[in-house]
Amino acid sequence: MSALVDIRDLTVRFGGGGRSVHAVNGVSLSVEKGEVLALLGESGSGKSVTLKSILQLLPPKRTKIGGSIRFDGRDVLALKGRALSDFRGGEVSMIFQDPALALDPVYTVGAQIAETVMRHESITREAAMSRALEMLQKVRIPSPERRLKNYPHEMSGGMRQRAMIALALSCNPKLLLADEPTTALDATVQMQVLLLLRNLQREMGMSVIFVTHDIGVAVEIADRVAVMYAGTIVETGTIAEIMKDPRHPYTRGLLAANLHGAVKGARLDAIPGAPPTLEEPPSFCPFAPRCPQARPECRAALPPVVEPGPGRRVACVLEAAPA
Amino acid sequence: MSASEMGLPDKGGPRQPLVIARDLTCHFPVRAGAFGPKKVVRAVDGVSFSIAKGETLGVVGESGCGKSTTARLLIGLTPATGGKIIYDAQELGEELSLRDLRRGVQMVFQDSFASLNPRLTIEESIAFGPKVNGVDAAEARRIARDLLERIGLDPARFAGRYPHELSGGQRQRVNIGRALAMRPRLVILDEAVSALDKSVEAQVLNLLTDLRRDFDLTYMFISHDLNVVRYISDRLMVMYLGEVVEVGPAEALYERQAHPYTAALFSAMPSMDPYARTQVPPLAGDPPNPIDPPSGCRFHTRCPFAEDLCASKKPRAVTLGEGHQVACHMRDPASGHGKAAA
Repeated sequence: MSALVDIRDLTVRFGGGGRSVHAVNGVSLSVEKGEVLALLGESGSGKSVTLKSILQLLPPKRTKIGGSIRFDGRDVLALKGRALSDFRGGEVSMIFQDPALALDPVYTVGAQIAETVMRHESITREAAMSRALEMLQKVRIPSPERRLKNYPHEMSGGMRQRAMIALALSCNPKLLLADEPTTALDATVQMQVLLLLRNLQREMGMSVIFVTHDIGVAVEIADRVAVMYAGTIVETGTIAEIMKDPRHPYTRGLLAANLHGAVKGARLDAIPGAPPTLEEPPSFCPFAPRCPQARPECRAALPPVVEPGPGRRVACVLEAAPA
Repeated sequence: MSASEMGLPDKGGPRQPLVIARDLTCHFPVRAGAFGPKKVVRAVDGVSFSIAKGETLGVVGESGCGKSTTARLLIGLTPATGGKIIYDAQELGEELSLRDLRRGVQMVFQDSFASLNPRLTIEESIAFGPKVNGVDAAEARRIARDLLERIGLDPARFAGRYPHELSGGQRQRVNIGRALAMRPRLVILDEAVSALDKSVEAQVLNLLTDLRRDFDLTYMFISHDLNVVRYISDRLMVMYLGEVVEVGPAEALYERQAHPYTAALFSAMPSMDPYARTQVPPLAGDPPNPIDPPSGCRFHTRCPFAEDLCASKKPRAVTLGEGHQVACHMRDPASGHGKAAA
């Protein structure tokens, strides 16, 4: 079976103003049909940038993209003009952390969903409105007929997030890109939205790439996880494998820092230091300066990518030659 | 004044709580639109609690529950519209002036960048408080350098840097150092580690643990992350829409939650086991607006066990065990709720 999304050796560099930032440095990943992949990483790890490059949402003048992204066999980095507009929101759509910014404040939620549907399918306004109603029911917004006529500011945070999900899924996309959609929500509402997304994904059979910094969220939603650090993927595996047997020292540190089951008063196993600034592309393992198990060869070259099992990849010298 | 006189001396002895809050209220007037009717946000509505010397009180609750406002009342950043604050046996506004209170209580905020003056070096930022309080410049500088050392930033390398030259974790260390420059006894940490990356958060939590021991501090730790709160707190206070719904020893609360809202909050934590994912959402809907809070028990609109009684009568605080109190009709044998334990 061929993958729905196939990203090969993606690099993204932001330039301009004399300074450049190498945000993504050789990311390769694939997502199967109907699969939920979590991109897990801290701020500046390149997870959101990877996601946005799939839809070409990065500022074109200041961004240099290398490598390839194929969706259903097509090169999406080559899409332009109308073809790109058809692609965005039609086959692939995206939800964001802040629905207040993603929704248009001067149109009702119903009008926004209907507009999207009419842009991608040749149907009447009436049919589009009834699709909008159907979508609001699907995301379980109470009294959807009334909510259709609401402006975004008339809704609570959790409700707005549901409305944005309804908008994103209104054209039945094959792939949903989710950029920390539950991070800004209250704990009880976050879990409601996660369960909703999980159910909708199962129901509609779409693929999802879910960006998060919270490993607990990844456990709730993902089939597979790619852990990112400094614009590279350090480890990939199923969520069960990653939780049970994290191989990369960074993944291990991240799991320990989650404090789940940490003993009160005991010292935390903190990863020392801070992530690199990425003004230069990494020429050796970017985690080496913070790694408790670093060896001289870690600072000499980029680490090899080893496959310890089917579908499992770890970018670490320890995997290649265990101590 | 020398540095050692800066903080407030102990008055009440070890058994006197460092802070007692009694029936604190904070109501903000708002208007719905330019010509709309006047309304009142009941941000904090009759909150009472105490913090013992040397303990860490964790405060949890969702947005709009009043946890940050409660913290701001304690340090006088927002004037209370009612209630009393008693700091080490001295009542604020009576024996104790606001100026004196602020020598004893300091606060660290979530946004490490907005909290620092961008035009002062971090050494100047830390020395600022002592200087304003009459410590001479050379002594203030010595305090600042000493604190930089304590928070893990080598003064020789970092003293002359500006906030934008530091990482988020380093900046938050500076904010913690600056708070300690006044030799406070209570430090309020309002989501102080929430904006940090997980790996950096653990470093700062280790630092907070060390400082609590070395400086004999008392913490009020506000966070939405229950794992973090569990790790650092001795006692836990749960708030909902401006009221305290449950307070008790942290470990006991993690084992067994007496209030249905506390239980919902805990079950909303991600499971961490891919084979035992959460199946049922803990609660329906969002927290209501604190402008028109529900009548009776404010949680009754989302509570799975609500009865008619809950909508009409406010529950009173019932003591369940050592320092464990809950405001729920189900825990009050005299309330008449169908599930009340007799």
